[in-house]
Amino acid sequence: MEPDGYLIPMGNIEIRHLYKSYPNRRHQPRSSDEAGIGYGDQIPVLDDINLSVSDGEMVCLLGPSGCGKSTLLRITAGFDGPTDGSVEINGRLVDGPQADHIFVFQHSGLLPWLTVRENVELGIRHLKDPRARRARVQEQIEMVELEGFEDHYPRQLSGGMQRRAELARALAVNPDTLFMDEPFSGLDFLTHMKMREEVVNMHEFIRKTTILVTHDIDDALIMGDRIVILSGRPAKVEMDRTLGFDRPRDFERQPALNQLRSEIYLMLGVPYAV
Amino acid sequence: MTFSQIQAPNSYRRRLLFPLLGFAGLVLVWDLSARFSGWDHQVFPGPLRVMAVLGELMAGGVLLQHAVASLYRVTAGFYLAIFFGIPLGILLGRLQSANLFINPLIQFLRPISPLAWIPLSMLWFGIGDKPAIFLIFLSSFFPIVVSTTIAVNAINPIYFQVAANFNFNRGEILRKIIFPAIVPDIVTALRLSVTIAWLVVVAAEMIAVQSGLGYLILDSRNALRMDYVMGGMIVIGLIGLSLDTIMRILGHLGAASWNRMDT
Ligand SMILES: Nc1ncnc2c1ncn2[C@@H]1O[C@H](COP(=O)(O)OP(=O)(O)OP(=O)(O)O)[C@@H](O)[C@H]1O
Ligand SMILES: [Mg+2]
Repeated sequence: MEPDGYLIPMGNIEIRHLYKSYPNRRHQPRSSDEAGIGYGDQIPVLDDINLSVSDGEMVCLLGPSGCGKSTLLRITAGFDGPTDGSVEINGRLVDGPQADHIFVFQHSGLLPWLTVRENVELGIRHLKDPRARRARVQEQIEMVELEGFEDHYPRQLSGGMQRRAELARALAVNPDTLFMDEPFSGLDFLTHMKMREEVVNMHEFIRKTTILVTHDIDDALIMGDRIVILSGRPAKVEMDRTLGFDRPRDFERQPALNQLRSEIYLMLGVPYAV
Repeated sequence: MTFSQIQAPNSYRRRLLFPLLGFAGLVLVWDLSARFSGWDHQVFPGPLRVMAVLGELMAGGVLLQHAVASLYRVTAGFYLAIFFGIPLGILLGRLQSANLFINPLIQFLRPISPLAWIPLSMLWFGIGDKPAIFLIFLSSFFPIVVSTTIAVNAINPIYFQVAANFNFNRGEILRKIIFPAIVPDIVTALRLSVTIAWLVVVAAEMIAVQSGLGYLILDSRNALRMDYVMGGMIVIGLIGLSLDTIMRILGHLGAASWNRMDT
């Protein structure tokens, strides 16, 4: 145990001057603003991203499709290297994936040949005591309300249940940071709402540093402690705002929140909140 | 998924009944054509004659002996092919450079029929089980390597990212990602290659050995016993059918069917 005064902050993320470009695979420029770019040239995707996420914060990352949200998240989680700049988590340079920074994939990352229980167990397979391991798995499965489905295979679950199982797997590790890439994509409206609430409650409860990518402005405003908006490619940070609104959040009862929502819609090129 | 799997509950009965009807039809056509072809029954024996001969062969234990000899060669060659083919296929699937190096060689060797190897294999391994086993090995090895490579290449890259995220070591990646991911495709490949192996063993036995179903057929031809020849053919067909059925059942085991929706 660390003495109180020396508590090291867990899960703070420092992204400094991050650049990323990919080689162009097109022979013809896509549009006039790409006119100077030929085959094999580097296309900039991320352009000097600076972001500092503090311990326990939930940051929602917004931006137009294809701007580089997934790229930024992948680099932060260590799945991809930056072209320039650096990412540090807890003061350690990120140079590869780590078991204490868990990534929840945009499309299901559950291993289809393992049952829910076996999937959830993946991250804690090194725990020596099988009973402790079991208890931990059970606890996580109950947290996402999948009791009774422990021995089901992912294909036997609905889309929403799969996302919950993946969440349980991520939480079982007790990671210091969670990365979620559009965790609600492909869910129906009601399941989306429920999952959103669950993620918010869970975050209130465990306070893991979380970066969540979404293309849904309302998701970001309802869930985030902070909202970061990227511009179109090459992506820069266009807005970075802490949301001090009380929870549960409600656009009707919190006019300032509604105001911000209109502002963001406008900023992303939609003149009014539909 | 095939249609029979989406069909009504009576499909189980149909799945037994229809093939039996098919066989009955075949026997009927055979019997009629043997009767009315005008050929001597020495040249074109009918089903009754062949059944009687089969009974004879079975009672003497000769048939069992030949069948066991053939099955032994197929099994040995097949296991060797699995033993060397799957690891090589995994290696090729995982290492881009190994793939570039070896893949053209395999694609070059693959279209050469195993039967073209008969002269060399007899020269190298002499007479007996060994050349036959070698030919079986060749016939199964290349398809197994190629399908394993393809299966490994087709693994969703997300699973490797998950493995990296949970700090899997190499052994765990092999045991928990690669093996389970390719099992369904491998079982399909084995099902195809065991059929080829069974084709090849009969051909090989006509040349290199003094036992086995292929030898039985060749020997009977030399004795001008077409009823024995046809008996041998029937046994070959039945064993081939059983091998295929066994492989299909294998394909329905849990580990091999995680990618199917119907279980
Ligand atoms: N491996 C790659 N090679 C080349 N280009 C890539 C690669 N990965 C991403 N890109 C490009 O980088 C850009 C950003 O991609 P990214 O997946 O980060 O977008 P995104 O913001 O997550 O989009 P979406 O909201 O649609 O998920 C895209 O234009 C894409 O074409
Ligand atoms: Mg994305």
